[in-house]
Amino acid sequence: MKETVAALLRKELAIELRTRESVPAMVLFCVTTYVVFHFGLGDVGGARAVIAGDLAAGVLWVTLLFAAILGINRLFVADHEQGGFDGFLLAPVDRTALLVAKAIALLTFLCVVELVAVPAFGLLLLGPSLGQALPELLVVLLVADVGIAVVGTLVAALAIQTRARDLMVPLLALPLLVPVVIGASRATAPLLAQGAAASLPGDWLSLLALYDLLFALIAYAVFDFLLED
Amino acid sequence: MTAFALVLTHAPVDADQGVIQKIFYVHVPLAIVALGGFVAGGVLAIMYLRTRDRRWDMRSYVTIHLSIVLAVGVLITGSIWARASWGHWWVWDEPVLVVFLIVFLLYATYQPLRFSIEDPDRQARYASVFAITAGAFVPLCFGAVRMAEQVTHPPAATMTTSGPGSVTLTFLVALGGMTLLFITLCKYELASKNVTAHVRRLRRRLAGDDDQLPASGRSAAPQL
Repeated sequence: MKETVAALLRKELAIELRTRESVPAMVLFCVTTYVVFHFGLGDVGGARAVIAGDLAAGVLWVTLLFAAILGINRLFVADHEQGGFDGFLLAPVDRTALLVAKAIALLTFLCVVELVAVPAFGLLLLGPSLGQALPELLVVLLVADVGIAVVGTLVAALAIQTRARDLMVPLLALPLLVPVVIGASRATAPLLAQGAAASLPGDWLSLLALYDLLFALIAYAVFDFLLED
Repeated sequence: MTAFALVLTHAPVDADQGVIQKIFYVHVPLAIVALGGFVAGGVLAIMYLRTRDRRWDMRSYVTIHLSIVLAVGVLITGSIWARASWGHWWVWDEPVLVVFLIVFLLYATYQPLRFSIEDPDRQARYASVFAITAGAFVPLCFGAVRMAEQVTHPPAATMTTSGPGSVTLTFLVALGGMTLLFITLCKYELASKNVTAHVRRLRRRLAGDDDQLPASGRSAAPQL
C-alpha cells in the first residue's frame, strides 16, 4: 500500500513538473483574481484600497477555492485521456491507493499555490501586515487544504466520466465545500483584522478538522465503486 | 388531510404572528420529510452498491427526486413565512435557512449528473456514490450548525418543545401526514416507472427485434 501510494505520488509530481499544467494556472488565476477584486471592490487608491478582517478572509478563501476548482478539474484528465485508469486497474494493487495518492498530490499543489498566492494577497490587498498572525494562518490553511483535497479528489473522480465534466466539477464541489469556506474564513477573519493579536479560534478549527475526518472516511468508503470498469 | 383540518381549526393562533403562523404546519414537516428523504436516498444507494439490483437504484432515484420537489416547496413556503414574520423574503443570518439552501443546491446537481453519464450501469453506480456522499453531508451540516450556533431555528425548536399541547399535537399529526404522503408518492412513482418499463419490454417483444428501443423523451431516470 505504502509503496503503491509513493509510486503513484511520484508519477503525479513528475507529470506536473514536466507539463506544468495545473499549478502555474492556479497561481496566475489567484493573482489575477486579486487584481479583479481590487477593482471590483471599487474606490481605487482611496480608503478602501486595502482590506482587513472579515472582508479580507472572504476574498482570500473564495479565491483559493476557485483556484482549487481549477486544479480539481485537471486532476484525473491525464489518466482518463491516456489510459492511466486501465493501467492502474490491471495492476494488482489496492484501489484506495489511487485516492490517497491523488489527494496528497492535490494537497501538494494547493500548498505550492498558497506559497505564492498568500504573500501576493498580503502585498496586493491586505491592509494589516501578514507577519503578525502567520503561524496561526498556516495552521488554518493546512487544515482547510486537507478538506479541499479530499472532497476535490472524490468530486474529480465522480465527474471524470461524465459528458459535461467542466460543468459538473464546480456544481458538485462548491456546495460540498461551503462548510470549509465558512469554517476557514471565520477562523481567518480575526487573524487578518486591523491591529489584532487574536488567538486562533479553536471551535472553527475543530469543525474543519471534523469535516476533514468525516469526508476522508466517506471518500475511503465509496471510492472503490468509482473505478470499476 | 386530517392534518390540514386540524391546522385550520385546532391550533391556536400565534399571539404575535397571527394567521400566517399556520404555514408552520406545512413548512416544517415538509422540510423534515425532504431531509429525511435525502438521507433515505443515501441508504437506498448503499443497498444498491451492496446488491447491484437495479430496483434499489430506482428507489433511491425516486426518493431523491421527490425530495427535491419537496425542497422547492420548503423554500417557497419558508420565504413566504419569512416575509410575513421577519419582513424579508430571505434572511442570511439564520443558519438553518442557509444550510437548507446549500443542501438544495447540492441535490440540484443530482439530475444533471445522472443525465450526463450514458452507460446505465455506470450511471447507477456514480449516482449512488453521489447519493451516499450527499446523504452523509445532510446530517453533518445540520449537526455542525446546531453545534456552532447556540441560536436555534426559533419556531422548530421552541414551539415543539415548549408550546401548548394542541400545537404539539397538530404538528405531530402534520408531520405524520406529510411522511405518509411522501411514501405514497414514492410508491406511485415507482409503480409508474415499473409499468413503463414493462410496457417497453412487451412492445419490444411484439416488435420482434432485440434492438433496444430508444427511450421516449429525454429523462435522467434509471432504466429497469
